[in-house]
Amino acid sequence: MIWQLDLILLLLVLITGIAALSVKDLLSSAIILGAYSFLMCLLWTEMGAVDVAFTEATVGAGVSTVFFVAAIYHTTRRTKD
Amino acid sequence: MIKKHDDLIVETLARLLTPFIQAFALYVLFLGHYSPGGGFQGGVLVAASFILLIIAFDLEKTTERFSEKFNVICNGGGVFIYAGIGVLCILLGGNLLDYSVLSKILPVGPEEARALGILGVEIGVEITVAACLVSIFIDLASKGENLGGS
Repeated sequence: MIWQLDLILLLLVLITGIAALSVKDLLSSAIILGAYSFLMCLLWTEMGAVDVAFTEATVGAGVSTVFFVAAIYHTTRRTKD
Repeated sequence: MIKKHDDLIVETLARLLTPFIQAFALYVLFLGHYSPGGGFQGGVLVAASFILLIIAFDLEKTTERFSEKFNVICNGGGVFIYAGIGVLCILLGGNLLDYSVLSKILPVGPEEARALGILGVEIGVEITVAACLVSIFIDLASKGENLGGS
């Protein structure tokens, strides 16, 4: 546990989490959520939970981002109202 | 949704990367005894390699290799391997998923039978997870149309 690294990672996780919620464009939101997942993976590795970090890197940052993009592909870019 | 587009770099890179991703998935599966990893992570990696093929090439060309019928068979077959090993342990006189009694039918001792039993269960988990994720992506990418096969 290096507290400086912990602090930086936690701040980045907070920033990406808030950004993913507040961004209007769905595609940007999905990509920022992928970055959030990757930062969570780094945080878990740093805390020693390598198995959880591996799952997060494969499922969270890898496959679920692709699923989000594939689902967003069926929507329109601008809202109707 | 995903149509054929001619991009030589993307196609070549996907074609070169896919066997290495699948080999790494098998490495993760078999080293899951001693290190982080195991059936679930390996299965997600196998699914990721097929998703990469679907994105780089088109949906029809990939489903020729990994058809939806085969996908359904894999989906059920992995669960069957998992449950089959568990029930086999009961039939041999142990508890559910008590792999040490597998030494009665395998030519190894109880300790090695435990390792082989958990390996069989992990293989079942890997097959089911890979087929399930690929089928989710095919359904998302093809708007739920049936591509034939099943």
